[in-house]
Amino acid sequence: MQASKEKLLWMYEKMVEIRNFEETMADVYLEGKLPPHIQKGLAFDIGSGPVPGEMHLAAGQEPVAVGICAHLKLEDTVVGTHRPHHFAIAKGVPLDKMTAEMFGKVTGLGKGKGGHMHLFDPEHKFSCSGLIGASLPPACGAGLAAKKMGKDWVAVAFFGEGAANQGAVHESLNLAALWKLPVIFVCEDNKWAISVPKTSATSIEWVADRASAYGMPGIKVAHNDALEVYEAVAPAIERARRGQGPSLIEVKTDRYLGHFQGDPELYRPKDEVSNLRKKDPIPKLAALLKSRGLMTNGDEEAIVARAKQRVAEAFAFARQSDYPAPQDALQDVFA
Amino acid sequence: MNATRKLTMAQAISEAIGQEMERDNTVFVMGEDIGKYGGIFGATGGLLDKFGPERIMDTPISETAFIGTATGAAAAGLRPIAELMFVDFFGVCMDQIYNHLAKNTYMAGGNIKLPVVLTTAIGGGYSDAAQHSQCLYATFAHMPGLKVVVPSNAYDAKGLMIQAIRDDNPVMFMYHKGIMGLPWMAYFEGSTTEVPEAAYTIPFGQAKVVREGSDVTIVTLSQMVHKSLLAADELAKQGINAEVIDLRTLVPLDRNAVLKSVAKTGRLLVADEDYLGFGLTGEISAIVAENLDTLVLKAPVKRLAVPNVPIPYSRPLEQFVIPQVKGIVEAVQKLMKTHVAEGATA
Repeated sequence: MQASKEKLLWMYEKMVEIRNFEETMADVYLEGKLPPHIQKGLAFDIGSGPVPGEMHLAAGQEPVAVGICAHLKLEDTVVGTHRPHHFAIAKGVPLDKMTAEMFGKVTGLGKGKGGHMHLFDPEHKFSCSGLIGASLPPACGAGLAAKKMGKDWVAVAFFGEGAANQGAVHESLNLAALWKLPVIFVCEDNKWAISVPKTSATSIEWVADRASAYGMPGIKVAHNDALEVYEAVAPAIERARRGQGPSLIEVKTDRYLGHFQGDPELYRPKDEVSNLRKKDPIPKLAALLKSRGLMTNGDEEAIVARAKQRVAEAFAFARQSDYPAPQDALQDVFA
Repeated sequence: MNATRKLTMAQAISEAIGQEMERDNTVFVMGEDIGKYGGIFGATGGLLDKFGPERIMDTPISETAFIGTATGAAAAGLRPIAELMFVDFFGVCMDQIYNHLAKNTYMAGGNIKLPVVLTTAIGGGYSDAAQHSQCLYATFAHMPGLKVVVPSNAYDAKGLMIQAIRDDNPVMFMYHKGIMGLPWMAYFEGSTTEVPEAAYTIPFGQAKVVREGSDVTIVTLSQMVHKSLLAADELAKQGINAEVIDLRTLVPLDRNAVLKSVAKTGRLLVADEDYLGFGLTGEISAIVAENLDTLVLKAPVKRLAVPNVPIPYSRPLEQFVIPQVKGIVEAVQKLMKTHVAEGATA
């Protein structure tokens, strides 16, 4: 499928927005976590600062999120992973409520009860989970619901290459193929499951090769490139919309930051990230847009400025929002 | 006229599901052997013929996948019922049950509803050993986010099942195999009752006094209700009047029913088929202990439950660890002879 100018520009703007969000978060996350603001003797305190807890950022992994979500509509469901921001932003989750959730504020998506790994936005049909491989079963449920309701809606389950060997993944791939569910399973291969490389965890090079074992098409995307993802996955999404069942897609991508912020990354070669950044997919798409005459330098500046402004406004909204009252912790166990 | 007829608990459950499926086309059932077989314990008997395979869906043996599918389908607006054949199998799918189904509504700040009923078989007494005989309702009640229903008879089972299906939250519906009225397993006949044909609901959190008495309160649930009633008959011959309370649901729990009865009798026995440690018997005892400022106990509370061992296979071993009628009688007799320490009463 040829990407329209509109789609290409949308993907570019979303990638810029995601990158800016993740880099802003990387900075803000460190606030209050370093000496001298923390307990003496510690080098870092995960529980301090305005954004406490674990923080898994997806800088570098933008193409997989935008290349898939560019095909989706509001009624389609996306279930993300513990590293969920790029998916959420690409699916259209409001940035202000999402950021406020990470700040633990009452204006957040979950009123501060979920945090960055547990973002739920029923309006934009987005959710995610902190458990590895757990995105697939509920995506099957969303697909089953669409099928039962007679809609052409699809569900996308993103999972990392490290999740590929979880039971939930195998069970779900079989169930979706058996019931011909409109689900697109997307393995996001960033090569690292925290510190364990894919070669030490998975017996084959491409998880997508397993697709044939479940009786569904497997699609391989070899480069961390938004347009390549967009074009490669189009048949899978069309197939699901036509009621012909699921597909398994694998996208090779790059994780620029640690597994979580504060990860010393002693397990990866020192120059790995700097080499990966030389193949940064964002300037690559910008160059393509310009070479096709779809974006001028002025357009580019305007896009970057808009994206940065949205991120800045979201962080400002989050900072200015109130914390929930402590006793609010007792609410919402049941609907 | 609201006609009734006698139904087994299994028949009452499948009738309740069928009536709700007729009323609401978003209700459907998934599980292992729930179609042609009608559920290993009969909870979906006859439903495949009535509703077809689109709504009565046999699944692969993939509990993680189909319970997670139920969660996803519920988030999308359907009302799935998923059957975990034996509660003991929770080990292969607890992540989807507990980390997702039970927590997502809370983590979403109440912004999503997950109306899923998880039906599951519990209980021992027929030599099925440690992996097919547990009750575990206290395990699920311990963890926030799941309502826990544990019926003791057909009438309650129907009303509680309809209530469960209409609830906007995840509900564990846990039926004891030994009261389902199966043609291949001995059961307590008191569990087969008159059941109205028309649909009705029983609100959660309302325990039922199944036998009134003045000397001692036996708090219990599920199959143990029937053992307790038989024990109460025996005790009555000895001049001891036992009041038997069927909790019916653990989440929400009817604390007032317990306190009201114990206030009347001054003596409490908790009779339970789940494990003794950190469980239901401790919870009920603690509720009484926390209210001793207004409540007067004549004797220390007594607990009967499975000692902390896995359920053994061999009949004499299993009958020893699972509380029986005789054990309940003896426990009450002891309770009648013991007294709280001097000066402890008001």
